[in-house]
Amino acid sequence: MSAASALSKSASKTVPESSTPAADSSTLPVGQHGIKEHSDGRFGYVPVQTRSGRFKSVNVADFEAVTGREAVWKHSPVAKFTDLTAGDLDGSRYAVESTPSADVSVEWVPRTDARIGTAGLPEERAAANAWSVFDEALAITVSGEEAKEITVTRSALGNSARGAHTIIEARPFSQATVILHNTGDARLSENVEIILGESANLTVVSLQEWDDSAVHLANHFASVGRDARLKHVVVSLGGSIVRVNPSVRLAGSGSDTLLLGLYFADAGQHLEQQVYVFHDAPKSRSRVNYKGALQGQDARTVWIGDVLIGHKAAGTDSYEQNRNLVLSAGTRADSIPNLEIETGDIVGAGHASATGRFDDEQLFYLQARGITEEEARRLVVRGFLTEVVQQIGSPELEARLQLAIEAELIGTDDK
Amino acid sequence: MSVLEIKDLHVSVETDQGTKQILRGVNLTINEGEIHAIMGPNGSGKSTLAYTIAGHPKYHVESGSILLDGAEVLTMTVDARARAGLFLAMQYPIEIPGVTVTNFLRTAKTAIEGEAPPIRTWIKDVRQAMTNLRMDKTFAERNVNEGFSGGEKKRNEILQLELLKPKFAVLDETDSGLDVDALKIVAEGVNRAKANTGLGLLLITHYTRILRYIHPDFVHVFVNGRIAEQGGPELADRLEDEGYDRFLVPSNVG
Repeated sequence: MSAASALSKSASKTVPESSTPAADSSTLPVGQHGIKEHSDGRFGYVPVQTRSGRFKSVNVADFEAVTGREAVWKHSPVAKFTDLTAGDLDGSRYAVESTPSADVSVEWVPRTDARIGTAGLPEERAAANAWSVFDEALAITVSGEEAKEITVTRSALGNSARGAHTIIEARPFSQATVILHNTGDARLSENVEIILGESANLTVVSLQEWDDSAVHLANHFASVGRDARLKHVVVSLGGSIVRVNPSVRLAGSGSDTLLLGLYFADAGQHLEQQVYVFHDAPKSRSRVNYKGALQGQDARTVWIGDVLIGHKAAGTDSYEQNRNLVLSAGTRADSIPNLEIETGDIVGAGHASATGRFDDEQLFYLQARGITEEEARRLVVRGFLTEVVQQIGSPELEARLQLAIEAELIGTDDK
Repeated sequence: MSVLEIKDLHVSVETDQGTKQILRGVNLTINEGEIHAIMGPNGSGKSTLAYTIAGHPKYHVESGSILLDGAEVLTMTVDARARAGLFLAMQYPIEIPGVTVTNFLRTAKTAIEGEAPPIRTWIKDVRQAMTNLRMDKTFAERNVNEGFSGGEKKRNEILQLELLKPKFAVLDETDSGLDVDALKIVAEGVNRAKANTGLGLLLITHYTRILRYIHPDFVHVFVNGRIAEQGGPELADRLEDEGYDRFLVPSNVG
């Protein structure tokens, strides 16, 4: 039985100290005003009260079998990837290509690497399943204060179920853009840990240009140190089911993150992202901006944006938004912003979400300048998505993404 | 010579309170090279006339016609009207996120000419037109109207007027919200466009102030959805002194 074998495999691995499962979830949280057991005889059960209180474990057996009713799974087509949530995953090395860059090393490191488990831990079964099986982690280590860019490409993962683990570490004061480029076929569950030392300035782009059949479940866990700055970009264009969930803990005072997302769902595609920002230090700042377009029958997107401003996070400033542009009938976009604030002393906290069709006034303006309706629509979609592209900060990648969006739009016209 | 004729135009809009009649029989003929000012109080239907000429879907033409050199404009799509030579400078230009001014101008010019403009001369033309309108070079790389001040948006409209070279342009309250320096720059642009291409202009305004810089050949007073009085430039001077009160009395009672 698959779950049992995954368990036995994980039991044979060395699990880092920090990854012990969290305390029993029936324990009442302390220090939060007004929380006490109800007197209705639910045997002391209290649901998880804050986003940071979710159960975490690196051990797949600690999670119940996925039913699709769980908060983290209820928007996903879970029946289509039981191999990733309950199956036996291949955790061996795979082929990667990386562009050479001074001061950036790319290497396989053992599970005992001290960095593993320091940025975050799985909160659901597919992530724990991947964590249980990986033989070695791919470690991308950035040093050096000069700006540089590196692209790490995976194009030959194949269609058997895999689990993988990646560490991206930006040493103190270092600076780089790391592009994770995903192409070809895949059935992959993976965890990516992103660790920023003091004053590091790191951009991580996860670019999904998978084949139409690919299934990709990713959890990114980032820990941002004092005065460090993380720009995290998720671009999902290709793949059957792509679920990339970035979770960022602003751990050091003055830390700063910009989380960008861009997705274009065609007929039958499921593109999901659950974004979580935890302000766990004073004067930290976050901005989240995810934009998506949907076109074709059963094109489906999900965006969940959780922001938690912890009690230590005085003087923080946060804003998250999601915008979806619906280009045809038969699509569905879910957009769920959540904001929790545990301190009153903040500079700002806000969220916005909008899902709609074309802005008729924009179309009118362009048409009034002689541009045909069809071309005007393309300009508007391109413009809508470009707002995110323009913020990535890598001219080469930006140009390539413009072309990729262009290709998606041409696909649109064919219909 | 081109001519734009508006004949017995009746236009309504749908509102929450039902259908509202706005234009009630507008007749107006503009020849190429002429400047017509349409002046009138708020709510008289001036902007409705402008948007109806451009073809905004919100406005329903009940009857009447608009002819450009004898061809019916009302059956044309919005973009076909622009390609036929009509231009509307909007009172509140729309922001187009993610579309740069450069890209937008080139796309519009290509659409109107039917082929892409020769790159060298085009870049030169754009630069020159921007310099003339005292627009900083960085404008070209900004997204259309995004984060532009009111004055910058109006200058951007006139920039398009100069580059797209229409036969007829409707300027809908282009003067509103401009300080005197910006007003002069915009007016210079309009006069330059007219000198270069000899276009016909329909200048819609609430105030007479822009008429100090753009001199109309004809002035029409627009009240309650139709032209109540017309004359030469002297009519504007009279409106400056008297305001619209004498036109409003009967319609207010009615």
